[in-house]
Amino acid sequence: MPNVIYILLIPILPFAAFLLLGLFGRKYIKNGAGIIGTLCMLIAAALALYIAYGYFFDYGKLDGVYRKIIPLKYNWLEFSPGISIDMGIVLDPISVMMLVVVTFISLMVHIYSLGYIKGEERFPTYYAFLGLFTFSMLGLVISTNIFQMYFFWELVGVSSFLLIGYYYDKPSAVAACKKAFIVTRFADLGFLIGILVLSYYGGTLDFNELIQRLASPESNEFKTAIASSFLGLSAITWGTVLVFIGGAGKSAMFPLHIWLPDAMEGPTPVSALIHAATMVVAGVFLVARLFPVFAISAPEALNLVGYVGAVSALFAAVIACTQTDIKRVLAYSTMSQIGYMMFALGVSGYGGEEGLGYTASMFHLFTHAMFKALLFLGAGAVIHYVHSNDMKDMGGLRKFMPVTHITFLIACLAIAGVPPFAGFFSKEEILLAAYQHNTSIYWIALITSGLTAFYMFRLYFNIFWNKEHHAHGEHHGEGGFVMMMPLILLAIGAAGAGFIHFGEFVSSDGAPLASVFHLQFSIAPVALGFAGILVAWILYKKQNDKPDKIAASVKSLYIAAYHKFYIDELYLFITKKILFNLIGRPVAWIDRHIVDGLMNAIGDLTRGIAELIKGFQSGKVQQYALYFLCGAVGLLLLFIYIWH
Amino acid sequence: MNEFFSILKPELLITAIIFILLFVKITKTMKTSALLLLIQGLLLLNFVGGFFFNTEGNLFGDMYFSNHLLMMQKSILNLAVFLISLLFANCLRHHEHLPEYFILMLSALLGMFFMISSQNMLMFYLSLELATIPVAAMANFDLEKKASSEAAMKMILSSAFSSGILLFGISMLYGATGTISFNEIPFALDGSVLNILILVFIFTAFAFKLSIVPFHLWTADVYEGAPMATSAFLSVVSKGSVAFIFITMLYKVFQPMSETWYNMLIILSIATMVIGNLFAMRQQNIKRFLAFSSIAQVGFIMVAISSGSAKGISSVVYFVLIYVFSNLAAFGVASVIATQSGKERIDAYKGLYKTNPFLSWVLALALFSLAGIPPTAGFFGKLFLISAGAFKANYGYIAFVALNMIVSLYYYLVIVRAMFMDRNEQPIEKIHLHPANKIGLIICAGGIVCIGLISWIFDHIQSLVG
Repeated sequence: MPNVIYILLIPILPFAAFLLLGLFGRKYIKNGAGIIGTLCMLIAAALALYIAYGYFFDYGKLDGVYRKIIPLKYNWLEFSPGISIDMGIVLDPISVMMLVVVTFISLMVHIYSLGYIKGEERFPTYYAFLGLFTFSMLGLVISTNIFQMYFFWELVGVSSFLLIGYYYDKPSAVAACKKAFIVTRFADLGFLIGILVLSYYGGTLDFNELIQRLASPESNEFKTAIASSFLGLSAITWGTVLVFIGGAGKSAMFPLHIWLPDAMEGPTPVSALIHAATMVVAGVFLVARLFPVFAISAPEALNLVGYVGAVSALFAAVIACTQTDIKRVLAYSTMSQIGYMMFALGVSGYGGEEGLGYTASMFHLFTHAMFKALLFLGAGAVIHYVHSNDMKDMGGLRKFMPVTHITFLIACLAIAGVPPFAGFFSKEEILLAAYQHNTSIYWIALITSGLTAFYMFRLYFNIFWNKEHHAHGEHHGEGGFVMMMPLILLAIGAAGAGFIHFGEFVSSDGAPLASVFHLQFSIAPVALGFAGILVAWILYKKQNDKPDKIAASVKSLYIAAYHKFYIDELYLFITKKILFNLIGRPVAWIDRHIVDGLMNAIGDLTRGIAELIKGFQSGKVQQYALYFLCGAVGLLLLFIYIWH
Repeated sequence: MNEFFSILKPELLITAIIFILLFVKITKTMKTSALLLLIQGLLLLNFVGGFFFNTEGNLFGDMYFSNHLLMMQKSILNLAVFLISLLFANCLRHHEHLPEYFILMLSALLGMFFMISSQNMLMFYLSLELATIPVAAMANFDLEKKASSEAAMKMILSSAFSSGILLFGISMLYGATGTISFNEIPFALDGSVLNILILVFIFTAFAFKLSIVPFHLWTADVYEGAPMATSAFLSVVSKGSVAFIFITMLYKVFQPMSETWYNMLIILSIATMVIGNLFAMRQQNIKRFLAFSSIAQVGFIMVAISSGSAKGISSVVYFVLIYVFSNLAAFGVASVIATQSGKERIDAYKGLYKTNPFLSWVLALALFSLAGIPPTAGFFGKLFLISAGAFKANYGYIAFVALNMIVSLYYYLVIVRAMFMDRNEQPIEKIHLHPANKIGLIICAGGIVCIGLISWIFDHIQSLVG
């Protein structure tokens, strides 16, 4: 069995860093702040690896099945016997995996930021917020109790709000952090009501008991919950759908995704940590955590998860093709990939071979964390170099930033699903699961994977090839060793993580699932991926190094640009004009005239009543006595003649 | 004999402090600033002493009763008085009659201790008067201000009126049942019309002390005219102690008539919350604002009392503990600002954050806690009050209570907005804080942050209630 102290230290170390840097950072340890934060993360990451090794290879397995271990559970607040909020730690395959992912990515971001944020005024505050975020995220993944998860869920939201708004003197950053907070708050309301519904019918807030009671058709709780229906759906379905709304808000699923692109106003390493690898997958994690309830008791809800995921994946991929801000391309790509994870859960069943989608989803979560964090950190290095987010200002950077170039290319190959990089294996599993269970989702996924390859290589060629880059005088290289090391480590992960036999470790019911690999099945997605890359190559890898072809290539470049321009305009037209006028305007009108009007009416009413009764407060003590007596006599009359 | 001392320890300690202060006053050996330090030290000792050598038992022929829950309640009141001595240091320390002020305050506290321990109507009445009359004198303590005298006069007249009705009720009680012992009364009550008369008359005395609508009219005038420390004492210590004995009176003495007082509580709590909220909204003076906000808070306390369960008791004790920190912090900030800048209007608080960030944060925290915004302690206090009230499963009522909580959010946040967001050309200048004030405010802020999160405290109170 693991030593509880070691597990406990994993979240506590980042929290300690937060307290230390938050309280004393700006005055006393200004320069050492980054080192302190990074060291804390380093120890936490090492401990997480140690725990993961022990869990997966030593004590985790019982009779060939990975079990849930609860090394610590503290009864924090008891509402009534049975329903209590506990603070505890659960070790099971997904929480252990998330411990590793969160600490590792966070460590990379900590190291990277040493170079990226260096020299800024609020350097210690930045590291303090990073520590707070990491602590909250770790607390979220090890939750034993749905309320504990909600608690950390909100804390994650708060720390993300603080980090997005880090450049608080920039109005767009302030607007973005508010937007992110409000949209996710709205979704979290669904989560909270979902918790209340599930706990009311389950009679507990504990994940284990909740799953035992609501996912076994024999239990009494299950029978009452299934029997009580509202609008044709059972209470469990309603509860799980509401919980999923919370998850969809955090994971930027359509149509609650609108905050994610704006959230790119935060510092780029923060985007790598929060908006690529950790926080945005919290929704996927939540569904995975309650997976037996979804799969066994609420198939309708699981279907919804599948379709929302598939629509988000395709929708975001289409948009990503049209963006010119490189961080926004990555943001939409993240949304698309999380859509993959969601629909993989949606097409999965519970137990055995049926649970392939579950394993695939978690596998993709794992590999995606590697290559997407790498893409964001690479983009950060590029932005650091050219001081712009826009593709127009880039091009031909491969000679100036060789390390960034190679690592970025590896990440692009991984996300495009080119074998043998990590994304290939996880995406194949997802596609296979979709193919076996839901063909319409499979076709959406297939088209999306082609689009993914296209927009990622459009990004890649635009940054590193395309036009020649003319070095300006002030250029300062790629960034030091601290910025390169995380890129290299993550590139190793993005290249090699696919070879892990993920099904051995993570599966819907804990029993190992053999990885199956069908060569003929992979042909279609891989071919589509290559086709996407090829199109991007034709359109964007234009070089003007051959003087005799300059005129022709410029002309074709212009034509290509024109078409792209047209698509962008179309997209802008659809979102800004049609969506805004059809949905935004009426909603704004309702808000202004009905909601505000109602609020004003209530305000006027209360003010009117207050005006009416202010005569009571005359300041004359004899009148007070009179009212006193009237009150007593009134009570007497009421209780003697009416209530008696 | 030994038992006598340990049972009566809280009262004896207070009496001892009163005598020490009297001695100091007569000999005139100390300057007021040193004297204040002495008082603070003694009150701290008294608070700490409240945790040791506690014994349960009866005294004076069953007139007086004490157990660990009562000790806890007395400790909470002790804490409040200690905090008052810190928080109002800067307005009290120049007062030439400082010892008298604390002698009066401690006499009232002594009365409250006897009151919450009383087991007999006679004991209850006597201690209630001891807890009231000194407070009227305290209200008059700004000797040169007319408003202060007016406040004292209003208070003494109103409470005399209320006492008259209470005594009338008690005499009828004796006439109807032939006993005034808390242990014997329940067996003699039968729910007749005469009993309802008795209940209503005795109820009004509590309603008066707790400022339940429509017996609340004296409150705002007295709070406004009296010195800030007195208003704080009235709103926290006096209300807390009366809430404690109110529970004993209803749960124990009038147990057979629980149906009647339950309905009374519901009607009056609705009136109290609504009127308190409506008036709090339109106040411009911070003291009157706090008066009406405290009236609304009492409405929430009544919700928990109406449950008639052990959960009701524990949640009220817990809430009063939180209320001590939150409300005293609010009064403390208002007091330093009023003392140094002379400003009591809420408008003057605009832009306070620019000049006095510490005070603004403490006041914001206190207001958040009073409004019940998580994760401040006030949220947990309200949560338990309402969940105790929900015990009776009258969800329409609970929904109405929750609605009132939301309305109250509005006026608390108005002040927060004024401090942090509104612009002001001439904000209140930087205020110099006496160290005692600062310590007091930090303790309050710490309490507001921590008490809700340390679940042990509520568990402990629950275990004392049993």
